Amino acid sequence: MALKLTESEFEIERDPTKCISCRICIKQCANGVHEYNIDKDTIISDSKKCIGCHRCESMCPTGALKISERKAQFKTNANWSANHIRNIYKQADTGGVVLTGMGSDKSYPVYWDHILFNASQVTNPSIDPLREPMEIKTFIGRKDLKIEFEDDGEVGNIKLKTEVFPQLELSTPIIFSAMSYGSISYNACKCLAAAASEFGTYFNTGEGGLHKDLYQYADNAIVQVASGRFGVDVDYLNMGAAIEIKIGQGAKPGIGGHLPGGKVTGDISNTRMIPQGTDAISPAPHHDIYSIEDLAQLIHAIKEATEWQKPVGVKVAAVHNIAPVASGIARAGADFITIDGFRGGTGAAPLVIRDNVGIPIELAIASVDERLRDEGIRQDVSILAAGSIRSSADVIKAIALGADAVCIGTAALIALGCHLCQKCYTGKCNWGIATQDPYLTGRLNPETGTRRLLNLLRAWSLELKEMLGGAGINAIESLRGNREHLRGINLNDRELLILGIKHAGET
Amino acid sequence: MKELIDSKGLGYRELNGHIRKILGLSSSDSGNRYAGMEILLKNVCGQRYIGCGLKGDHKISIEGVPGNDLAAFMDGPIIEVFENGQDGIGNTMNSGKVIIHGDTGDIVGYSMRGGEIYIEGSAGFRCGIHMKAYKKKTPVIIIGGSAGDYLGEYMAGGIIILLSLRRKGVDKVFGTGTNRAGYHIGSGMHGGTIYIRGKVEEYKLGRDVIIDEPKGSDIDILYEYIGNYCNFFSADASSIKVEDFIKLIPFSHRPYKKLYTY
Ligand code: SF4
Ligand code: SF4
Repeated sequence: MALKLTESEFEIERDPTKCISCRICIKQCANGVHEYNIDKDTIISDSKKCIGCHRCESMCPTGALKISERKAQFKTNANWSANHIRNIYKQADTGGVVLTGMGSDKSYPVYWDHILFNASQVTNPSIDPLREPMEIKTFIGRKDLKIEFEDDGEVGNIKLKTEVFPQLELSTPIIFSAMSYGSISYNACKCLAAAASEFGTYFNTGEGGLHKDLYQYADNAIVQVASGRFGVDVDYLNMGAAIEIKIGQGAKPGIGGHLPGGKVTGDISNTRMIPQGTDAISPAPHHDIYSIEDLAQLIHAIKEATEWQKPVGVKVAAVHNIAPVASGIARAGADFITIDGFRGGTGAAPLVIRDNVGIPIELAIASVDERLRDEGIRQDVSILAAGSIRSSADVIKAIALGADAVCIGTAALIALGCHLCQKCYTGKCNWGIATQDPYLTGRLNPETGTRRLLNLLRAWSLELKEMLGGAGINAIESLRGNREHLRGINLNDRELLILGIKHAGET
Repeated sequence: MKELIDSKGLGYRELNGHIRKILGLSSSDSGNRYAGMEILLKNVCGQRYIGCGLKGDHKISIEGVPGNDLAAFMDGPIIEVFENGQDGIGNTMNSGKVIIHGDTGDIVGYSMRGGEIYIEGSAGFRCGIHMKAYKKKTPVIIIGGSAGDYLGEYMAGGIIILLSLRRKGVDKVFGTGTNRAGYHIGSGMHGGTIYIRGKVEEYKLGRDVIIDEPKGSDIDILYEYIGNYCNFFSADASSIKVEDFIKLIPFSHRPYKKLYTY
């Protein structure tokens, strides 16, 4: 029975009075929506192929195109959404798993939007960050409970006696999330690497290895080790500033990474150190890690291979028992834990997993921070929070809830032009980000992209300082885990309890 | 030059520190790296991570049982163990050789990209999983005795040879009808080759592999590595016949191809 999808998701309106048939839209759309019709001497568009990335609309020199969501695809039904129906059609056609890209777009509560930050009035003065020093520098790594100094009595000759653990020094508490070369283009990787290096923060290679042309930025790289160990050798471990063992990802907890063989070409195959054309499979469990003890073994093997010179972290998805998991990771000897909330982005994930598995990062930060404090081991490990950090407000709330710093992936890609069409898995990203097609990747200029990322980091850092100053705090250190500066709005008692904050109006 | 370290009572960090010092590799050394060193470790008793991340053309001989992750991330040296080994030998190893005069624990050669591991006796579970090959690198694991379940799971490249001998020596060779591999051989396999001496029952195979017959270059490979095995462990090569081997290969390099909708 042929019941192919006939309905299009988007509507394309072309204003004939504005369209000058310049054919730019034809070139811009990698999905082949627009076509020139010689007989009619007009451009016709097949809206069924459109995925709503808005590239053609943005590039049209006369503003003749309008892409909008097509409202009445199916009869309105509050229970059976158009997405439910569409996916069933697709699955009945193919018998396959529905894939998607980017983070979940479902309307689960966004706790950031139910938390308000504080400011000073009268009794404790606020600080003007433009006039007074404001410290947002952040160190990631295990901290000593006590540090000792050597003081030989001479002025200015005090030396640190304690041998401190290796640290990452961030000029702002924002790191770029793990995104592998393969899932995003070389140019996108280069933008992230160059911007991290220039701003004094870090980017994360993801599990795809580090492209040799990016070795120059290795001092600002967190190199990832996943179960497939792609691109991992002792040089790679020693090249990065820190190493992150990837256990899970917020968008697909319990699901591994998988780069289809079709995408393992040329430089990607070299960077991953695998032959061209083979599937790059990183299954969800590392089959050498079935326990915290096994994890400890890998952490220590990496520490040994890097002579204990670098922080070693572990990335996990925020799942229901994240607090004990984090405690185990801390006890396994990790220097930092990256926790990725369920709204975190991805290049490709099964839709059913992305939209239904895991917990929000806000709740995860609060419960992990509290658990580690209760156990007296919070100083042993830094917490990196990820999974949909959308603004500097989310950053400051994350830190007040107990994170040391945040990781931004989607936000960084948006700065590079991503329009959140969620089709990253098709490899046809019209914005030149989630693609390897040279025609498309050329659309992302590394210099422009780097500058845009630097601007984003600068803007958020300025806003962080403004908010800190407003609350009368002059160092981000003093805000970490300081939930007294947060109030909930429209949250029930249980939610407030988990977040460890009072309701707005309570003093 | 041969150096000796008495490992008794040393923690692994100290022990590896001594090794690095002898090789001129510790970060405090001013670039005075030595080549072709030989080190004998005496009284080893469960110290983990020996030779972890080590580079160069050195040889380390070990008396006693080394702990987990022996030769992890190793890139070049030869390690010979005159006893049993434990788990995680050659984890993500890049090149070099490990020779074990005894049995080993689980996950030998996890994600190994190059180099050779010779096990005189038997290997535990999940031996050679995630092994890959890359350009001129082809990792090889040769197991004299038996192997536990999930041999070559997720294998993406390289060679595993299971000789199915009884422990120590070939004079007690099993009948050729018997192989000594566990269940789920090569499940998730999408590259590389597994050679097994003896017949393999279909139910023991992962669903991603097919049985083939060794021919042409397979025979050369078998001769070469069986020869090496017999050399290292003074075994009699003539009693291991290449005709008795079967060959397992994956039927797709792209096992996940048909999993998704449009
Ligand atoms: S897929 Fe993107 S570029 Fe193509 S028609 Fe739709 S909005 Fe325009
Ligand atoms: S990266 Fe590209 S494909 Fe992915 S959501 Fe953004 S614009 Fe779409």
